[in-house]
Amino acid sequence: MSYLEYSVRTAPSGPRKVLYLNWSLLLLLTAISSIGFLILYSVAGGSFTPWAEPQIKRFLLGLALMFGIAMVPIWFWRNVSPLAYLFALLLLVYVDFFGVVGKGAQRWIDLGFINLQPSELAKITLVMALAAYYDVVDIKRISRPFWVAIPVLLILVPVALVLKQPDLGTALMLLAGGGAIMFLAGVHWLYFAVVGGMGIGLVNLVLQSRGKAWQLLEDYQFRRIDTFLNPESDPLGAGYHITQSKIALGSGGITGRGFMQGTQSRLNFLPEKHTDFIFTTLAEEFGFIGGTSLLALYVLVIVFCIAAAMTNRDRFGALLTLGMSVTFFLFFAVNMSMVMGLAPVVGVPLPLVSYGGSAMVVLMVAFGLVQSAHVHKPR
Amino acid sequence: MKRDAKQTDDSARIINRRALVLGAAQFGMAGILALRMREMQVEQADEYRMLAEENRINMRLLPPARGLIFDRNGTPLAVNDQNYRIVIVREDAHDVEAVLRKLSELIPLSDEEIARIHQETRRRSSFVPVTVRDQLSWDDLARVAVNTPALPGVRPEVGLSRGYPNGADFAHVVGYVGPVSDYDLSKLEDPDPLLQIPKFQIGKTGVEAKMEQELRGRAGNSQIEVNAMGRVMRELSRTEGTAGSNLQLSVDAGLQNFAEARLTGESAAVVVTDVNSGDIMAIVSAPSFDPNMFVRGISGPDYRALTGNKYRPLANKTVQGVYPPGSTFKLVTALAALDAGVISAEDTVYCPGYVTAGGRRFHCWKHGGHGRVNLHDSLKKSCDVYYYEVAQRAGIDRVSAMARKLGLGQAFDIPMSAVAEGLTPTKDWKQARYGAAWQVGDTLNAAIGQGYVLASPLQLSVMVARIASGTDIAPRLVRAIDGVPQPVLRTGPLDIDPRHVLAVRRAMQAVSNSAGGTAYRSRIADPALEMAGKTGTSQVRNITAAERARGVFRNEDLPWERRDHALFVAFAPFAEPRYAVSVVVEHGGGGSLAAAPIARDVLLYALEGGLPRLEAYPAGDRDRIEEMFRTMPLRTPPAPAGGSSRA
Repeated sequence: MSYLEYSVRTAPSGPRKVLYLNWSLLLLLTAISSIGFLILYSVAGGSFTPWAEPQIKRFLLGLALMFGIAMVPIWFWRNVSPLAYLFALLLLVYVDFFGVVGKGAQRWIDLGFINLQPSELAKITLVMALAAYYDVVDIKRISRPFWVAIPVLLILVPVALVLKQPDLGTALMLLAGGGAIMFLAGVHWLYFAVVGGMGIGLVNLVLQSRGKAWQLLEDYQFRRIDTFLNPESDPLGAGYHITQSKIALGSGGITGRGFMQGTQSRLNFLPEKHTDFIFTTLAEEFGFIGGTSLLALYVLVIVFCIAAAMTNRDRFGALLTLGMSVTFFLFFAVNMSMVMGLAPVVGVPLPLVSYGGSAMVVLMVAFGLVQSAHVHKPR
Repeated sequence: MKRDAKQTDDSARIINRRALVLGAAQFGMAGILALRMREMQVEQADEYRMLAEENRINMRLLPPARGLIFDRNGTPLAVNDQNYRIVIVREDAHDVEAVLRKLSELIPLSDEEIARIHQETRRRSSFVPVTVRDQLSWDDLARVAVNTPALPGVRPEVGLSRGYPNGADFAHVVGYVGPVSDYDLSKLEDPDPLLQIPKFQIGKTGVEAKMEQELRGRAGNSQIEVNAMGRVMRELSRTEGTAGSNLQLSVDAGLQNFAEARLTGESAAVVVTDVNSGDIMAIVSAPSFDPNMFVRGISGPDYRALTGNKYRPLANKTVQGVYPPGSTFKLVTALAALDAGVISAEDTVYCPGYVTAGGRRFHCWKHGGHGRVNLHDSLKKSCDVYYYEVAQRAGIDRVSAMARKLGLGQAFDIPMSAVAEGLTPTKDWKQARYGAAWQVGDTLNAAIGQGYVLASPLQLSVMVARIASGTDIAPRLVRAIDGVPQPVLRTGPLDIDPRHVLAVRRAMQAVSNSAGGTAYRSRIADPALEMAGKTGTSQVRNITAAERARGVFRNEDLPWERRDHALFVAFAPFAEPRYAVSVVVEHGGGGSLAAAPIARDVLLYALEGGLPRLEAYPAGDRDRIEEMFRTMPLRTPPAPAGGSSRA
């Protein structure tokens, strides 16, 4: 544990820590969230209720959490990583058996003020656990089968629990996020090539299983794949979301219809216009310029994170920062692909913009950890 | 362990290299997203813009007409009434405040109503109609309709709402509907899009709730064309939904109403069963309440009046209420002892007025005792000591097994809310429930239907119906669904020696037809309609030593809550049984005085298909009965509608 050797002395302490926060990242997150408030205000027909106001409150709660987490030394977070990982697993098991059933899937625990989705929490704790694991393991051994099997197991357990809910989108995100950290830590290229090849085989197998006794996905998940491949087949049924989403998005043009002028989202053609499909409203009202601007802000977040990680000589801190940025990337990339008809409809929100407490708070916690890594990095 | 500097550098180099690779991949993906956005929003923008302009087809759900509910003769019990309401559209009204002020000159609007309308118009889009007033009378509606030119944005509308023409009579049977609540949505695993319609009404209790799937029907839809502002231009196509199934219940509205009226002023339950088919002819819990209040949305004071009433009008005493069956349970004990062979119908037991068991003295209700009694006399005079003795010989497990054979201790599958199971105790049950061994005193208490034994009026009615018919009938509430008759639930003859059942039936006849029987005063005089029954009085309290010393143990001297429950079970006619009845009058005192006359009147009404002839009553009672009929709050049931009253 190289860390204690040099960082305790050099890391800033006390209130001075605030000066060492990654302020540009923080401003960026605030800017993205503010765009969210604006659109939520617009889709509610020019009203802070029912969406914009609670969203602002949750953002402020998230901001407070982020500050709190950033002030705690990163080595503390590394030491609690295994515990956090186990805790998230317990919660996943709990929802599988006692959770509230919503939209055909057991996903959240009702905490009164917020619906906690353990699968969201698992995205963070998995990154923490893997980063901590690679902080401990000798890098010469990293690519040996035994030392590869351990993180694979760490990834597959929460993936299996999330699949049971069933929540395909989150399961795939956990898989991709976990794999990315293994890649970043330096596991040999060949592993990824083999797994990639097997993945393609598995997709084939899943598609083959349809209608057979050993069907691997739920019927509604197959229907979503159908709709993705051919949305026009059922324009008023399951393909409705995608078709309407594309029409609204495309009709925005270069400059958009203007703030609060989007007809498609306002006329209730669009389902879930304040949650998963919120990007459509933005693109309709602010056009290509608005859409690419948000995309640019998202990419900047990734760039800042990579820059922070590359200047951080602490392995745990660097891997954690990169892991969180990959998770963040997966959120917006999958969501945008979905609304633009490039990916099937899986329930992944647009990070910091979609209405919803769980994802907002969890992302702010993730960036709190990134900030902590930044504040306490070896200097 | 200290990691050497070289290793740290190596690891940092690997991470940095791979971070750049991954970063490049992410950047590439973002590029694809940007390109896709460009393709859609720049290159194909015109195409999509045109699609958006054409995107004018909106789907609207058409709620189906809810299935109607009729009684066995076709009298409607639940109907869909025309419901007039007026709505206001913000964008047409322009100045909502001014329009509402004008409107309130035609129909008075309270300040709260106006505040609610303002809030709702602001929250919804400007073209969405907001309800100003629901359940309007025709006169009020007409007044508004004539004045619409002066009231921009105000529109009269017609909808359907559920109505219960028989008022309180069927509140516990048919139940009522109400708007879907968040609680319903979270509880029901029901993907029906209809439930998402604001204020869509679903069954909340009784048949309305239990037969919800049959009654609801399937939604239709209409495709409507809207302009770019969302205003409805015209309807393009329309698929009508399928109306819900009509239900025919087994109950008889006239009998139900008569029984309800007969119970006026009591806290009581009556269940009449057809002994041959198991059809529930009447199932009345009194006092009742008007279910229409709940459909409209009950006011706070009205609701508090219902929940605060000590007679508990909201509780369904017929299936939900369980009572110690008292001496009516002696029918069970008698059959158990006979079938077990521990006594024959002729054997006698000496009753000195008490027995001593387990160190306690158990009294017979008759001070001084009945002397030598056989089965016939023991039932007729309701001698407790006889049953203390035979129950000890048969044992509690055989008594309870007989009770279950006769329909006690089980929840029958009828579509009513909160059907209770009751209780037929066994040794194992007491061990499991209380962790204590069964005592001989427990058997003696159970023998006369006290102690742990609990039964609902429905179960008691089934018990008598089974004894009367000698068959294994089960109660049936739904006779037909959409004209398709539902099967009679009967598996075969009772698994009891028919000679024993006959002996018990004869004794029941003596109870209410020979001098000295406990219900002789409530006999039916017409020999063709003779009633056979059994009285019961179940204690809800023990007389304390202090009370005994003061000489207070007459019911009339006690507060209402502590008086005995009065029970009576019977069937008629004795020679060829048709109907079975159970009556429970909560805290009514003795079964022979409070419950038996009710059972007689209800049975006579059922047998005669209308208000009983006075000749059926003993000569001395006729004047009193005539007076009672005259003052009874009977409601003439509406004429059968022939099943076509769907509005």
